Amino acid sequence: MTSERNTLDRRRFITFLVAAPTLTVAARLGIDLTADTPAMAAKGTTATGEPTTDTNLGTTYVLRVTSANRIVFESPKADVGQGISTALGMLVAEELDARLGDVDTVLADAADLPGQSVGGSVSMRNAYTPVRELGAQARARLVTAAARRWGLPAATLTTHDTAVHAPDGRSASYGSLAADAAGVTRPDVPATPKPASRHTVIGTPAPQREGRAIVTGATTFSLDVAVPGALPTVVARPPTISGTVRSVDASAAQAMPGVIAVTTIPTGVAVSARTFHEAMKGRDALRVSWGPGPVDTVSDSTVSERLQQAIPPFASLPLLSNHVDGRFEFAFVNHAPMETNSATADVRPNSAVVWASTKVPNSTRSAVVSATGLPKNAVTVHVMRGGGSFGRRLSSEAPVEAAQVSQALGRPVKLMWTREDDVRHGRMRPASMHRMRITYLNGQMVSFQNLSSAVQLDFLDSPVIDGIGIGGYPSIGSAFFAITQETPYALGAETKALNEVPLDFPTATWRSVYSGHNRAAEELMMDRLATRLDRDPMALRIELAREEQAKTVLRTLRDEGGWGRSMPTGWAQGVGFHKEYNARAGCLVEIDATKPAAPRVTKAFVVADVGIPVNPRGLEAQFAGCVMDGIGTILQAGNHIDSGRVRETSFADFRWPRQRHAPLQFGMRLLPPTGSIGGGGELVVPAAAAAVASAYGRATGSEPWRFPISF
Amino acid sequence: MPTYTLSVNGKRVSVDAPADMPLLWVLRDLLGITGPKYGCGIGACRACTSHLNGAEIQPCVVPISDCANKQVTTIEGLASGGTLHPVQQAWLDEDVPQCGYCQPGQIMAAAALLKRTSRPSDAEIDAIQNVCRCGTYCRIRSAIKKAAAS
Repeated sequence: MTSERNTLDRRRFITFLVAAPTLTVAARLGIDLTADTPAMAAKGTTATGEPTTDTNLGTTYVLRVTSANRIVFESPKADVGQGISTALGMLVAEELDARLGDVDTVLADAADLPGQSVGGSVSMRNAYTPVRELGAQARARLVTAAARRWGLPAATLTTHDTAVHAPDGRSASYGSLAADAAGVTRPDVPATPKPASRHTVIGTPAPQREGRAIVTGATTFSLDVAVPGALPTVVARPPTISGTVRSVDASAAQAMPGVIAVTTIPTGVAVSARTFHEAMKGRDALRVSWGPGPVDTVSDSTVSERLQQAIPPFASLPLLSNHVDGRFEFAFVNHAPMETNSATADVRPNSAVVWASTKVPNSTRSAVVSATGLPKNAVTVHVMRGGGSFGRRLSSEAPVEAAQVSQALGRPVKLMWTREDDVRHGRMRPASMHRMRITYLNGQMVSFQNLSSAVQLDFLDSPVIDGIGIGGYPSIGSAFFAITQETPYALGAETKALNEVPLDFPTATWRSVYSGHNRAAEELMMDRLATRLDRDPMALRIELAREEQAKTVLRTLRDEGGWGRSMPTGWAQGVGFHKEYNARAGCLVEIDATKPAAPRVTKAFVVADVGIPVNPRGLEAQFAGCVMDGIGTILQAGNHIDSGRVRETSFADFRWPRQRHAPLQFGMRLLPPTGSIGGGGELVVPAAAAAVASAYGRATGSEPWRFPISF
Repeated sequence: MPTYTLSVNGKRVSVDAPADMPLLWVLRDLLGITGPKYGCGIGACRACTSHLNGAEIQPCVVPISDCANKQVTTIEGLASGGTLHPVQQAWLDEDVPQCGYCQPGQIMAAAALLKRTSRPSDAEIDAIQNVCRCGTYCRIRSAIKKAAAS
């Protein structure tokens, strides 16, 4: 499903030259055009290849070569720490033969075009072909411009280090050729991307370009945007989820030092002040009468009951067969990015400008349009680097609230959710339940039933559901589950379904959506099956894996991860495997559970096949992060619900792993390129979650089923 | 409103602030020094970690009144001129950051640790409480060991 969608994306991308003082090329999704080969095409200019000045065309990717010899790439893919800016810059550097350090990836403003969204590990799969084509188009024009300047055949020129070089030793920087190249409509050399065999940047580990700014404190995150006069603003929120404001007595708050304004908005009462400290003190002085929210009567026990009711009974067993059953429950879990939900907004009578980290800039812009009543072309959304996301930045609460308050005050405001706001009113991975049964007869697998339920998931405008309709399913979540939850083992006839429970909790897709819990549970079923059959869990997985690539990943994991080595009492290894995003990963962990209440994953080893690893160093970082997600969600971090209220309040009681919970050793092995690119951002979450739970169970002689284990 | 004088990253500054205002908001909202990050406001996530007279603090829970006439160092003041502090350099060499939001605090915590003990053990590194939601802990450990060896 996913790969088909990407093939379509790739086909429909067209690249074209933009009329500009220096070389500027762009790529966009061509809705009515197909272009299997890069075409110098644009609406009305397809045949001539003349630069277009049609400003209505819009673009998804833009590449500009400046006279100062900088390669500026405007990226539609928000960077929230997944390293996509660096990886896309690598594609540009590769095809342009530019030094990576000369490529600046900047985040594009909301531009109302498809492809400007992040989620579902689609970014590299979306961008791999069009961005390389863009680079190749630019290079061909730079070479042509140099050839014409020197009176030499273009084919004799070479490119490296952000410059064109002639056989006689002359060279010209791209910056010095950029103005001439802007007029090259038909390049004299082919503008096709390099074959993979000639890649020197793609596949070579590169550090994150933003690194130096980050380690010196110079990076501007959403909360660091300095808009003159923007008032620090926090919002008093109801005691229960999605409660309402009944009445407000702001007199005491308004009298507090530093407090400038109190504004009632649909989600609470905003206090704007000289500083965030004074805004928070003002907020604490408010006297608000709150109305109830939609889940005030719901607690964990209610959720569990409703989830159970939503799961139908198993089909009856074939005669004489054996079966293994499992029931698994996962608590809600907050996304909890380190930077809370926040935005700066400057709403004037006829315009609005918003600065925020958002993975869906166009949706954020639409939300601000709705909130302010301004026309779309009057609303600008600047996409800022975000301090983490994990799915949190698929919604636009802070931009909307900031716009509402700014509009009411006629002044710019910087609105910040406190950590308590984000834990108690932010979004969560929905709580879920999974009942599974593997049936076998005489050592042959007969059937696998996976009957799951989850609190309804708000997909918002996540790109993960692009192209997915409800079809015959009861909900979009059910449809998404059916399409994405692929069991990689041959277990006979499969029955798989997820029913959603319509409880109105604030939810959003959480890194790997359903796979982080559902697939982890399926992997635990493989452990149970192995125990029942008295088989080694790794060997059984290898035997039952459907695909040869999966077997290769698992065998590499077994051989290089030291599977089966002897461990002291209370220690064990665990394994998990996952296939999604046109990629595969296996994870092997070792756990010290000699103190079962305080287990420590001591080692993690990941083997992955992502098709084409663009930046192995970035992938390793993503995989290590996924391992921590596995440790967190399986062992210790989740949210309780008490009568419509999230019990946890901050990092003191939302027990996200710290250094003492992280593996002392982490290793990774990427399998050699295969020519078909996969996604790597979420891939390892399910495999790691499974491995951690599996290791814990084997170390403690238990069958863990309720997560997080220590909760 | 009282006026406090302190040194921030080697520069003498005076601010008008209520006595209970946490240093974090003095730095961020009054002085425009945004390296120390807000992550929780209760000293739990430690994204704001900085140094007061050379020792580690969490500015979100240290009132400005405790900082009068003292020396505050934030991530912006850790390098000397254009030369990165060994911890910052190790962070770059190990490519530690993902989103980067917690890293100023992580780096300041590591620098303080190395000041206390030049060759920290794994147990001493484990005692660092700073939260990294992206999960960069393994590279943080490597970077601390690298900085310790440099």
